[in-house]
Amino acid sequence: MAKFFNEMHAYDAAVNGGAGGELTREHYREFCNWLAQQPAERLKRKRAEADLSFRRVGITFAVYGDDAGTERLIPFDIIPRIIHAGEWAQLQKGLAQRVQALNMFIHDIYHDQNIIKAGIIPAEQIYKNAQYRPEMQGISVASDIYAHIAGVDIVRAGEGEFYVLEDNLRVPSGVSYMLEDRKMMMRLFPELFARNKIAPVDHYPDMLLDNLRSVAPMGVDNPTVVVMTPGMYNSAYFEHAFLAQQMGVELVEGKDLFVNDNAVFMRTTRGPKRVDVIYRRIDDDFLDPLAFRPDSSLGVPGLLSVYRAGRVTLANAIGTGVADDKSIYPFVPDMVRFYLTEEPILNNVPTYQCRKPDDLSYTLANLGDLVVKEVHGAGGYGMLVGPASTKAQIEDFRQRLLAKPDGYIAQPTLALSACPTFVESGIAPRHIDLRPFVLSGKTISMVPGGLTRVALQEGSLVVNSSQGGGTKDTWILEN
Amino acid sequence: MLSRTADHLFWMARYTERAENTARMLDVNIQTSMLPQSAEDAERGWRAMLGISELQSAFDHQYGLLTKKDVLDFMVRDPMNPSSIASCLKEARENARAVRGTLTTEVWETQNATWLDMQERLSDTILENDPSQFFEWVKYRSHLSRGVTLGTMLKDEAVHFIRLGTFIERADNTARILDVKFHGAKESGRGNDSLQRDFYYWAALLRSVSGFEIYRKVYRDVITPERVAELLMLRGDMPRSLLACMDEVVANLKEVRNDVSADTERFAGKLHAELQFARIEEILAEGLHDNLTRFLENIFDLGNRVSRDFLVPLAA
Repeated sequence: MAKFFNEMHAYDAAVNGGAGGELTREHYREFCNWLAQQPAERLKRKRAEADLSFRRVGITFAVYGDDAGTERLIPFDIIPRIIHAGEWAQLQKGLAQRVQALNMFIHDIYHDQNIIKAGIIPAEQIYKNAQYRPEMQGISVASDIYAHIAGVDIVRAGEGEFYVLEDNLRVPSGVSYMLEDRKMMMRLFPELFARNKIAPVDHYPDMLLDNLRSVAPMGVDNPTVVVMTPGMYNSAYFEHAFLAQQMGVELVEGKDLFVNDNAVFMRTTRGPKRVDVIYRRIDDDFLDPLAFRPDSSLGVPGLLSVYRAGRVTLANAIGTGVADDKSIYPFVPDMVRFYLTEEPILNNVPTYQCRKPDDLSYTLANLGDLVVKEVHGAGGYGMLVGPASTKAQIEDFRQRLLAKPDGYIAQPTLALSACPTFVESGIAPRHIDLRPFVLSGKTISMVPGGLTRVALQEGSLVVNSSQGGGTKDTWILEN
Repeated sequence: MLSRTADHLFWMARYTERAENTARMLDVNIQTSMLPQSAEDAERGWRAMLGISELQSAFDHQYGLLTKKDVLDFMVRDPMNPSSIASCLKEARENARAVRGTLTTEVWETQNATWLDMQERLSDTILENDPSQFFEWVKYRSHLSRGVTLGTMLKDEAVHFIRLGTFIERADNTARILDVKFHGAKESGRGNDSLQRDFYYWAALLRSVSGFEIYRKVYRDVITPERVAELLMLRGDMPRSLLACMDEVVANLKEVRNDVSADTERFAGKLHAELQFARIEEILAEGLHDNLTRFLENIFDLGNRVSRDFLVPLAA
């Protein structure tokens, strides 16, 4: 019997004449019937075709630490991850609720700080947070929206049982893979789309543009929107270029912009042109060398002053990081209750805050069973997966925890669901997560599904692309 | 359009065109080297290849003795030579990648696929066994790149800057080929030689710019150096002639005109008019080499003016 929830097959004690065995889940049946009829040769050929095509189209990512310009493919798996409409409806409601509360939280802490006054979050958790930006205190942003684009990482433990792992509110990536994976599946297996009612996702760039335009500064009727990238050696450069192209807006670098007369302009062949909304894919620290890191050559000197005057919109807003920090994460369900007076629909993973003495001693006593994460870490770096670690690694983390307890949180190892995936030995279950992209503007919207990432190593729980993870197309099946 | 974007488009086109022209020059030299000729003439031919691109000293520094194989390696795949075909195609692709969102998917994929295929072709022994096939491929990819640009892109600034890059580069290249070949002819004492030998020499030059069939069509007569010069400089209907290139440069400049570009337009217009109203007899009387040298200086200047007016971001 499988230890993990398998997306495609359920264990059923009644099948095989009472001997027990696997039963295909209802919403996977059509796909499985199709899969059973596919000659292995055809699937192999299609996989090779997908690789070649991704390479040709240049759907690649750069890896930090490699020589500049080295591009790699993210492995693409041709077996889709399928979610039925009922579950998606629940997820969608939960995501909208959560992101709304997070936006209200960010607004609150940069204004009245009611949540601190109410004693729900300790003030020092905010003020000592490296992602808290005092420059944002008292500043109004358009429509009070801060996290215009959120990429919420979700894992499933059981039927209808979803946990949020992380709320990525700064510059979440991956939406281009969601769109390209779909395009690839439609190209490789058009027949599947005739047999299944798969909710479309292609309108995402349209929705994003609409969303960005809706949060333009006051009084701007026909805003000029741009996408801002650190440049072509950034790991997500493909995505930046892709989104700019799909929205039909300019892809700018810091050096293309300048501040003059309390406004932001871009340098064009016909002279300066005013910019109103910047979808920036560059961290706060690098945005404005006059305000943040003085050594940043990626940013625009003076940008912060224009922003504070409300004459340009940044998406996401400056200072959103305070809300997706791992030390704030345990409080998100409380935020939902506090701001919306609703019960949270999505679960949080139980989290031990090592800053608390009790939590620390529990963590130290159970290192072998827990996942320990750096509070400000990202990309799967700086974490300990207890059950998969050596004694030496565990000891190393013990020392780190003792030295700096408030730099870490710990969580039980979740039984992440698994989805059948093509691997060397054939088709085998591999752990997956899901990153839906939630847009906040005048309203909250999202396309059905998201990016499914898959840990290609057997038993691994790390799905990050920088750690060798792959992706799958994600289907929401309409009833 | 962003100045930086225009800059990348301009150079993407220049590098693509440069790779094509290098392939043309090398291919014609391969062809002529198959004709009976003295070792001295053969070496002069290969040396001329380096001279055209002003790469003689870089080559000497790296290789020393001059052999056909080394010149080919240097001009085709040497990553240390910024003008080698491999370097040009890589640069073209890097520039395209920097602005891939501005290009249609087809244009980007053409650039990317060229670069990917190039690496495979060069890792093969094709350059040793069948260099002409490789040069054909380079030309074909360049044709494809131009065609897919015109066939899929909106006729906006992006296309105009791409066209400007293409034709400024091409004008430069045609002028260089013509200059070096005329020079070479004089050095080897051509013109007093047999008519038959001359024919192959000038026919090869014409073929390098796809002008052989055009020459026949236009002149319906034997090949003479004077007419070759006229065809490559002054015939507006010859696609690679200086006049045809300047036609395009002037037209595309007009399309992207801005507040500071009037002087550059005037400069290009004068260069264009000189070709339009010149007669080959006058040019030859003045001295072809002097004339072409001046033209090359002017084209270089024009490239800088385009950069200054449009591409290098202006300060606030």
